[in-house]
Amino acid sequence: MIDARGLSCPVPVVMVQQEVKKNAPKKFQVAVDSMVCVENITRYADLQGYRVKVEKDGDDFILTLNK
Amino acid sequence: MKKRINPWIIITGVLVGLAAVVLTATGNPKNMGFCIACFLRDIAGATKLHSAEVVQYVRPEIIGLVLGACIMAIATKEFKAKAGSSPATRFIIGAFVMIGALVFLGCPLRMVIRMGGGDLNAFVGLLGFAAGICVGIVFLKKGFTLKRSYPSTLTEGFALPALMLGLLALSLAVPTLFAFSEKGPGSMHAPVLLALGISLVVGALAQRSRLCMVGGMRDAVMFKDFNLLLGFVAIFVTVLIGNLILKNFNLSFHGQPVAHEDHVFNFLGMTVVGWGSVLLGGCPLRQLILAGEGNGDSAVTVLGMIAGAAFAHNFGLAGKASATTDGVYNPGGVSTAGKVAVCIGLVVLLVISLVNTFRKKEAK
Repeated sequence: MIDARGLSCPVPVVMVQQEVKKNAPKKFQVAVDSMVCVENITRYADLQGYRVKVEKDGDDFILTLNK
Repeated sequence: MKKRINPWIIITGVLVGLAAVVLTATGNPKNMGFCIACFLRDIAGATKLHSAEVVQYVRPEIIGLVLGACIMAIATKEFKAKAGSSPATRFIIGAFVMIGALVFLGCPLRMVIRMGGGDLNAFVGLLGFAAGICVGIVFLKKGFTLKRSYPSTLTEGFALPALMLGLLALSLAVPTLFAFSEKGPGSMHAPVLLALGISLVVGALAQRSRLCMVGGMRDAVMFKDFNLLLGFVAIFVTVLIGNLILKNFNLSFHGQPVAHEDHVFNFLGMTVVGWGSVLLGGCPLRQLILAGEGNGDSAVTVLGMIAGAAFAHNFGLAGKASATTDGVYNPGGVSTAGKVAVCIGLVVLLVISLVNTFRKKEAK
């Protein structure tokens, strides 16, 4: 799982972008701590053809990206 | 593939553009309906952190933006007190972003508003701003980060909103505490309640839409995501139409309100702003909104910007606007001290970028 909690915009999306470019995984998870990051990663994942499932985990969010 | 365009971003952009036109029509300086750098500088002057007599006023727009964002964040359960992501570094970047903006004479928001008024100097600033963003992106792609923030105390989260509330209360109850300009841009202002009301709404909408002047270009270049850029375009188009209707549009380099024609330092000043804002994760407007959401690091950045404004005027770094006096045109420009400050800003940003990109990876 990519832990992007507490990192300011747009570093979490950069981490996701690097994972997609490097490993092109079919499925992976990202942990973030703000709705802004959820929205930004979801928009990027959409553009890359991933479906995104968002789950609340306390104050954080776990995004599951599926292709 | 779905297209995810946030309609709030266009609504907010149009509203910010309208707000700029209305606030200018009701008293704010021309092409300065909304300028975060100018208004923080005015607050620095009103609180006597600098003594430039023409730029001193407690701008309700800044107070409204922070409080509007705070109220909206609480209402939508997005208010979260957090801090700890390189606060001192952010303070310094914030100060240099402000110095760069005041050399150019405007933050990215005023740059767009000036573009909508036909000020070609602002288009030069746009080129510098874009160049700065591109440099910042290079470092982001190489791994730049100011490290994580962590959940913090409520006092940290409410620090800037409380400060703004206190400033508003004191400025209304005991105005003699503050310095208020009697001439110059600081003396020109829209009615307090109108400015406060409009900026509360803009702050709330900017919180919902995530409007960010630097984020638009950054996301378009990095991720081919044009969502935030739509806000930038909406502001420009709205201000342009408003100025054409009100016959305030003047396409030229010369004779622009609160502007100068030093192309090199209009470019470089905004390069500092673009680069610094990318490192901070958002433009000066966005920093105000994030501070309203409980982000202590952004609150420190705003304080850094206020300190930068004070330095800019105490040390004569800010650009001097061109002016026509008794029919004689006096071109403004940037002092030697201002030019040196911009160059130092570029070096400081380079050092911060390098150190925080290529440092040894620590254990997670």
